Amino acid sequence: MEELLKISQLKVHFPVKGGIWMRPVATCKAVDGVSLKVAKGETLGLVGESGCGKSTLARTVVGLNVPTAGEIFLDGQKLGDFGGKLGKENRKRVQMVFQDPAESLNARHNVGQILEEPLVIHQIGDSCQRTARVKELLNLVGLPENAGSRYPFEFSGGQRQRIGIARALALSPEILVLDEPVSALDLSIRSQVLNLLLELKNRLGLTCLFIAHDLSVVRHLSDRIAVMYLGKVIEIASAEELINNPLHAYTRSLIDAIPQPNPQVRGKFSALSGEVPSPINPPPGCAFGYRVGSPSYAKSIGQTLALKEYSPGHFVQECPCCMI
Amino acid sequence: MSLLEVRGLEVAFENEEGEDLVVVDGVDLSLKPGQTLGLVGESGCGKSVSALSLLRLLPQPTGKILNGSILWKGNDLLNMSTDEIRSIRGKEIGMIFQEPMNALNPAHTIGRQVDEVYITHQGLDRGQARVHTLKMLQKVGIPEPSIRANEYPHQLSGGMRQRIVIAIALACEPDLIIADEPTTALDVTIQAQVLQLMSELQEQSGASLLLITHDLGVVAQTCDEVAVMYAGRIVERAPMHRLFEFPQHAYTKGLLASIPSLTGPVQTKLPVIQGMIPALADLNSGCRFASRSPHFHEQEWLEVRAPLVEVEENHWVEDCPACGRLNNQSSI
Repeated sequence: MEELLKISQLKVHFPVKGGIWMRPVATCKAVDGVSLKVAKGETLGLVGESGCGKSTLARTVVGLNVPTAGEIFLDGQKLGDFGGKLGKENRKRVQMVFQDPAESLNARHNVGQILEEPLVIHQIGDSCQRTARVKELLNLVGLPENAGSRYPFEFSGGQRQRIGIARALALSPEILVLDEPVSALDLSIRSQVLNLLLELKNRLGLTCLFIAHDLSVVRHLSDRIAVMYLGKVIEIASAEELINNPLHAYTRSLIDAIPQPNPQVRGKFSALSGEVPSPINPPPGCAFGYRVGSPSYAKSIGQTLALKEYSPGHFVQECPCCMI
Repeated sequence: MSLLEVRGLEVAFENEEGEDLVVVDGVDLSLKPGQTLGLVGESGCGKSVSALSLLRLLPQPTGKILNGSILWKGNDLLNMSTDEIRSIRGKEIGMIFQEPMNALNPAHTIGRQVDEVYITHQGLDRGQARVHTLKMLQKVGIPEPSIRANEYPHQLSGGMRQRIVIAIALACEPDLIIADEPTTALDVTIQAQVLQLMSELQEQSGASLLLITHDLGVVAQTCDEVAVMYAGRIVERAPMHRLFEFPQHAYTKGLLASIPSLTGPVQTKLPVIQGMIPALADLNSGCRFASRSPHFHEQEWLEVRAPLVEVEENHWVEDCPACGRLNNQSSI
């Protein structure tokens, strides 16, 4: 397995400012020591509740956040610095699709300009070639060629997300980071966009980091799934293995909390008590054991909780209170 | 006898040119005491507007009810005076909104906002109201209610805020709760908590629930009956089990097929509904889904509205030749 993206011990901390002088008074540990590997052509799904750091992680991979510590490697080459000439080359290789297409497209540019802009910035081709590339991109995501002269507001939500995807593909990136690409879309449109992503992934051999809070959507598209909780990855396994045989209690409860569209399994979904603790002031021991008030929580205080491989390819955070 | 009976409800919004855009076009609903009815549809289909009309809370002056009747325990809500409807809102019919941050007043403590319900509807003084408030907060699972009651909405998490909204809606033990996408803004784990809380409280009080959602998973887990809305109309209405086992309308079938499940095949193409939702300004008079249906081939179907027919007990479907039960028989 050839690994394309390697994230090692990544930490992204934000200062929390307070007091009348707005001095940093605390640190929000949004991502706190995450290591991940994504092989070429693979799709890694990233799930977790809001505030678990999954979007921060994605934004750091494309260079929108600066890591506090740790490194990101692309094809063995360090990706850490996004500034300068080298940084520009790096940015070309990693592109992102955002959650809300209505907010991530410039309303004053027509679709042609939106799709052309990355090419202009990176000085690729002459005007003629760029126009041809825009047409090619529109075709690729299933929009009519005349869409280029229209503006984002003229399109429906699903079509706008297609534009967002086309823009991310303009530079033929090696890695596509998708941050909740379908959660803002309506039900009947969502499956159209999911099919498009699946088709593009197979046709272009894309490597994807797919972020969503909906496990059934993530499972549909991903080869492997990583579960994040309070800035840390607590379990990684192949999609099927993770859903059918979760080892961490948090993964189990995420799966159980999904209301299934099947009356036969009615009443089987169960609620997890408590809420995600604050990343500004995390509990000293296992953050999940603390949340559910696990009786063996005290044992986890002071221990370093590390990922351990339980079966080939199935890693789980070893913790005295959360193992199933 | 039905608790709530909506017949032929038509709601329109006036646009800038002074034309009426009909967003709810002849909706019939009925709810029995203790029943949970799910109203399902995509954004813009008129489900939230229908719910707001029930309480006459449409945005003014653009929103208006053109036709129809809303019978609440036999009396037409549309003929009531403002005072009469006010005494029903919050007392007999409680409402839970989608975005708890917008539904709560950021400048008042949560305790005061719950107190208000008791003071307005039960004529209690502040002290008595607070006693009831603390009990109610306890009931909806707020830890340390006496401390929390003095906090402001921004100090609470999304799930806690939604519990407060539920507490306000249920304070007077209403006979009907209207919940408009109550869990859409919440995480899946918190959604499960809130849904469980709602069904527990509903069981205790015996209230009916009108649950508006776009999530068929939530419907399958909580509802007794389901109405599917598309472009301002109810296209199918059935007992929950029958809707999932024996869907009749092409739209319902399309929706059910297009959800990725936790157990189905992965990385294969999902069945999709072709095309997109029509814009409000150019709605046709006939079946609005027909042009998206795979069985569509007569232009006439777009002009003549098909009637709702009962295909089995309590299971109604809009009987368009392209989307209704006929195509069902021919396609199998």
